[in-house]
Amino acid sequence: MADTGVVTVYGNGAIYETTAKKSPFSVKVGLAQMLRGGVIMDVVNAEQARVAEEAGACAVMALERVPADIRAQGGVARMSDPQLIKEIKQAVTIPVMAKARIGHFVEAQILEAIGVDYVDESEVLTVADEDNHINKHNFRVPFVCGCRNLGEALRRIREGAAMIRTKGEAGTGNVVEAVRHVRSVMGDIRVLRNMDDDEVFAFAKKISAPYDLVMQTKQLGRLPVVHFAAGGVATPADAALMMQLGCDGVFVGSGVFKSGDPARRARAIVQAVTHYSDPDMLAEVSCGLGEAMVGINLNDDKVERYANRSE
Amino acid sequence: MAVVGVLALQGSFNEHIAALRRLGVKGVEIKKPEQLDNVASLIIPGGESTTMAKLAQYHNLFPALREFVKMGKPVWGTCAGLIFLANKAVGQKIGGQELIGGLDCTVHRNFFGSQIQSFETELSVPELASKEGGPETFRGVFIRAPAILEVGPEVQVLADYPVPSNKVLDSNSAAEMQEEKDWSEEKVIVAVRQGNLLATAFHPELTADTRWHSYFLKMASNVLEEASSSIVAVGGVDLSLNKQPKNDLPIFQ
Repeated sequence: MADTGVVTVYGNGAIYETTAKKSPFSVKVGLAQMLRGGVIMDVVNAEQARVAEEAGACAVMALERVPADIRAQGGVARMSDPQLIKEIKQAVTIPVMAKARIGHFVEAQILEAIGVDYVDESEVLTVADEDNHINKHNFRVPFVCGCRNLGEALRRIREGAAMIRTKGEAGTGNVVEAVRHVRSVMGDIRVLRNMDDDEVFAFAKKISAPYDLVMQTKQLGRLPVVHFAAGGVATPADAALMMQLGCDGVFVGSGVFKSGDPARRARAIVQAVTHYSDPDMLAEVSCGLGEAMVGINLNDDKVERYANRSE
Repeated sequence: MAVVGVLALQGSFNEHIAALRRLGVKGVEIKKPEQLDNVASLIIPGGESTTMAKLAQYHNLFPALREFVKMGKPVWGTCAGLIFLANKAVGQKIGGQELIGGLDCTVHRNFFGSQIQSFETELSVPELASKEGGPETFRGVFIRAPAILEVGPEVQVLADYPVPSNKVLDSNSAAEMQEEKDWSEEKVIVAVRQGNLLATAFHPELTADTRWHSYFLKMASNVLEEASSSIVAVGGVDLSLNKQPKNDLPIFQ
């Protein structure tokens, strides 16, 4: 394509001039490594962000509506107003993440331009491209993506995601899907570890993942990037469950600010993640937290499954 | 061989323990004040310093940590750990955060800015190279990193990094801005040592190069020799936490 051309084709290196080796993958993964053992909370304004920071959240996710409200109100959910994200960035010193719609690379460009620390290409927002995800190699800002199983996780990593979260079912306060997805990823990794090298080719084909990443996962015995749990975590016990299942940390969406006493619950969940293997401590922090968010029973077919919005 | 404590509230403690393991040294997680009694040296890892300070406060760790530093036991802080050890920090959250102190310097909490400004560079480390051998440079990974603006006379500078003089600092108060003008020099300090305290603004635990770890271990073993009998062998360290060691993340070269 001519340099003077008006039309730019996505994925042709034309999308961003400054993608030069300023932000190698190691640095992108590095921030995620700094978040390990922490809790990332959804917030909708600066006050909530301050509450989350005071409680000990290691990052906040800036949103216009928490997933529970998106579920209740319906309609198209989009990227938040950049003004709101800027206000939240001003209010706190911890990293600020923001969500972009799946495949909507212009929203991601905007988020990069205002300097968010991480972009979440999220199925909680309405999907913008039903076939393709964002080519995340084109960005200097690191991305986190959702997955339901090992194949999906490795496809996202191949697209450039520097951090993975299992999807769960956002905005339900029901941890069942989160457990299913974490179990699926961890189970597949255990199967893979015990597999003969000759069988990995067929396995990679079966889970539709790139062979080299499958092989790397086999050798490491874990995902090659930081892996958080998300979608339905509402209590300290839920958070500790995710950690004991082998996650590196937890996203809490509606669970904190849809509960009776957000500051207290936030603090309890943070402590539960740090002391996830200490039942005495978990009992102590779980006491007297007030009302948890109202959960949604996922046996009802009418409840939309956000997790199924992307492959 | 003595075990090394790694403050395991949040952040890259697994990476530190893995780096120690590569050197054949056992690292134990420290989550409670009483666990500090069982270790002779301590690493404070990278992470979110605000989060780590909050968690340390919840469990009343600060008095024990200050005592640990005061007793002259070797402590090494990386990134967030550097902020913990500094006597003074600027650019903190509203209301400030509690520090351990002990290291006579002023730290700017988020000097290099947000994630987009994070970077990797080859640092010149003459002191490290002369003690530990290897190349003259070290691969420094700076992630939303702090920097040291000023050091006291007793502090030995181990590495610094050149900054463009027109660098805009993202501080929120005008008064702080004024203060910082004096420091907008051409270099900022990124690694220091004062007695038994070691601090780095970057993350050696994210690289395959273990020279900083072995440098710290030598500091620790010198102290052990000086006070040979005063340190009791490790007994009651809660090892149950390490029963299922998590697998390490890869190091991206």
